[in-house]
Amino acid sequence: MADFTSGFWQWYIFILVVLSIAACFVLISWMSRGKKPTKVETMGHEWDGIEELNNPLPMWWLYMFYITLFFGIGYLLLYPGSGVFGGAFKWSETGQYDQEMRVAEQKYGPLFEKYRTQELAAVAANPEALNMGKRLFMTYCTGCHGSDAGGGPGYPNLRDSDWLYGGEPEQIKASIMNGRSGAMPAWGAMLGQEGVFNVSEYVISLSGRKASADAAAAGKEKFQQVCAACHGADGKGNQALGAPNLTDNIWLYGGSQAAIMKTISEGRNGRMPAHGEFLGEAKVHLLAAYIWSLSHLPEVKAQK
Amino acid sequence: MTQDKNPADETEKGQDEKEKQYVPSLIEAQAEIAAKRNRPDRTSVTSEPVSKPGTGQRVVTLAEADAATEALYARHKKVYPRQVTGLFADLRFVMVAITLGIFYGLPWINWGAGRQAFLIDLPGRKFNFFFWTFWPQDLFYLSVILILSALLLFFFTAIFGRVWCGFTCPQTVWTEVFLWIERKIDGDRMKQMKLAKMPWNSEKLLKRSAKYSAWILFSLWTGFTFVGFFTPIRELTLSAFAFALGPWETFWVFFYGFATFGNAGFLREQVCTYMCPYARFQGAMFDKNTLIISYDKVRGEPRGARGRVVDPKAQNLGHCIDCTLCVQVCPTGIDIRNGLQYQCIACAACVDVCDTVMAKMNYPKGLIRYTTENALEGKPSRILRPRVILYGSLLVAIGAALVISVLLRVPLDIDVVRDRNTLYRETVEGLVENVYTLRVLNKDNEAHTYRLSATGIEGMVLHGETENMAIGSGDVRELAVRLEADPARLKERSSKITFHVEATDNPKLRDSEEARFLGPVIR
Repeated sequence: MADFTSGFWQWYIFILVVLSIAACFVLISWMSRGKKPTKVETMGHEWDGIEELNNPLPMWWLYMFYITLFFGIGYLLLYPGSGVFGGAFKWSETGQYDQEMRVAEQKYGPLFEKYRTQELAAVAANPEALNMGKRLFMTYCTGCHGSDAGGGPGYPNLRDSDWLYGGEPEQIKASIMNGRSGAMPAWGAMLGQEGVFNVSEYVISLSGRKASADAAAAGKEKFQQVCAACHGADGKGNQALGAPNLTDNIWLYGGSQAAIMKTISEGRNGRMPAHGEFLGEAKVHLLAAYIWSLSHLPEVKAQK
Repeated sequence: MTQDKNPADETEKGQDEKEKQYVPSLIEAQAEIAAKRNRPDRTSVTSEPVSKPGTGQRVVTLAEADAATEALYARHKKVYPRQVTGLFADLRFVMVAITLGIFYGLPWINWGAGRQAFLIDLPGRKFNFFFWTFWPQDLFYLSVILILSALLLFFFTAIFGRVWCGFTCPQTVWTEVFLWIERKIDGDRMKQMKLAKMPWNSEKLLKRSAKYSAWILFSLWTGFTFVGFFTPIRELTLSAFAFALGPWETFWVFFYGFATFGNAGFLREQVCTYMCPYARFQGAMFDKNTLIISYDKVRGEPRGARGRVVDPKAQNLGHCIDCTLCVQVCPTGIDIRNGLQYQCIACAACVDVCDTVMAKMNYPKGLIRYTTENALEGKPSRILRPRVILYGSLLVAIGAALVISVLLRVPLDIDVVRDRNTLYRETVEGLVENVYTLRVLNKDNEAHTYRLSATGIEGMVLHGETENMAIGSGDVRELAVRLEADPARLKERSSKITFHVEATDNPKLRDSEEARFLGPVIR
């Protein structure tokens, strides 16, 4: 009712409703009183032997009108619909939603809850729990990470062994619960076009790919000044900051030289939303177990 | 009836004939009769109820009929159809036996050990039909069957008129059984009417309770059988005798029992005249070549009572002896001699009874008969008309398509949903990846192991659990797969690919589904 900030409208609707019902009542009783005609009168319209007659309303029809009127009054007394008077049941859409969610929680909550206290690795070994985790993943995660959890440009691959914030089960769970926010600042202005190119050559060489030795050497100098603070002197990244490992040839925003140069000069911002409050810890626990299992399939199979 | 001897009528008739040189069609004749009946000067002539000598039966006059139609709130007049024997009555008996036999018998047939041959298993979401099992994914067949049923109705209605109503409609069939019970307990039409007028004495109480009990038992059996199409009927019988039916089973048994009791016991012809949409729209499918039940007005009029030995021509009478038996046998309470009416369900009871009377009078049969408007007008009737040919060819074509597609049906289904989070992914090796979610449904009665593959682009590789996929009967397996292709091989930005699924133990079980593979085009 946020649109109706003035109490006037509530009263306006209330009065309209009461007047309309009263008017319908008066109209129907007035129409049904009158003098009962004793014989059939015609309206004078005839076509092909079919005449329009001036008969009164059939009684069952009239009663239906009365029944709908009384039904309407009863409904408005119990449920909202007449403005200022909200109905005796105090019903509301949000109230019903909360109620249904409570019922669902009571019914389905225990199914998720029983795994919450188990070790994540143990949960991952339970096929039933894995299936539940997979369902949850298909519902909540595929939009960004893909239904095979392979990610996409800007969204990390969850099946490999490269983790921005750590791949331990508890670290994965923390990422889902609280979300993550990764920021790579834009260095274009500071490094200049040539500097960006040199640094990109160096970064490419870190993964063992072919790069110009001169440019990489120049880039290494800049890297130690600018990038090492987060990515480390050896470029292996820092999981505490979410700074990616630059030596494994796995690229969140694309591994081509153009993509790397764009990342360095314009920066990147990645955000994983927090799901703890939305899904509840029990479901996140199952999700974390499923995601962890994706990169530990041999171990999971061995545990079975 | 008496009004035909009315001189005023004679002059009017003469005028009508001058105006219309052709023989009026049935609908026009009906309108004409209706117009005459509404004329106020007519009522005074026939206000006296006429007793037919010898029979002691009272004949309903038109004035009474008029009074009934002119009352503002006409009470429903109960129809007591007189029992009839003859060709069409026998035919109806056969149809009742066949249709009810199917209804009450079908759920008891098993196909395979413990598997009901006809079962709509709603909780299990499957439908057993003899050796087939259908799943919700096969709902398509249901729509084809409904279309076929509609066409069948159109086809038969165009040729034979409302035969569906008169011989096979559940309303007619169950009413027929209820009428039979009524006759066994209350006696014939006269006794039924007498009993209805009787005050509540012990005889009436006894007969009424006997009749209603018999009706209720039959209705409950009907409701029970109906539920047996949805719940295995043998289990249902056991739980019924143990008084352990589920709440919904109980509800539906009583609901359908009550519907049977009310429809076949009390509403009867009112369902056809006031409630049934098919009754009305079948009328719109008639043409002048459609078989209808009609009274031969030319031969029958002027009607009137006469002795058996009298030559009707000498008395200026037609063949109708005005015995009103055709009205008495009519389950919808109409007088067929007034022409084609929307209430007529084409049960042909009047044909049977009139033929017996004609035989007794030594007149030729068929004063009331199956005929067409064209035949009544002395024109030739054609069976093959454009609409019949159209309905017929559509029926054959769709029917054949249904049979072929059911015979070729593979109890396996694959659905492909392409991931929408990204158009494509590039791997470090420079390959392009697309991700798909596949849903494989095993619609067979046994579990199978399946193998997945994909074709469409040279050198394409399918990653995922593509081998030895075990799926139980009626189960769905959902799995994410990823396809990898060399962008140099892509000819378009969106290439057509095909996923194939095949049972490893039975190569006949195979299905495929098309999808798109997106990727950059390198020129």
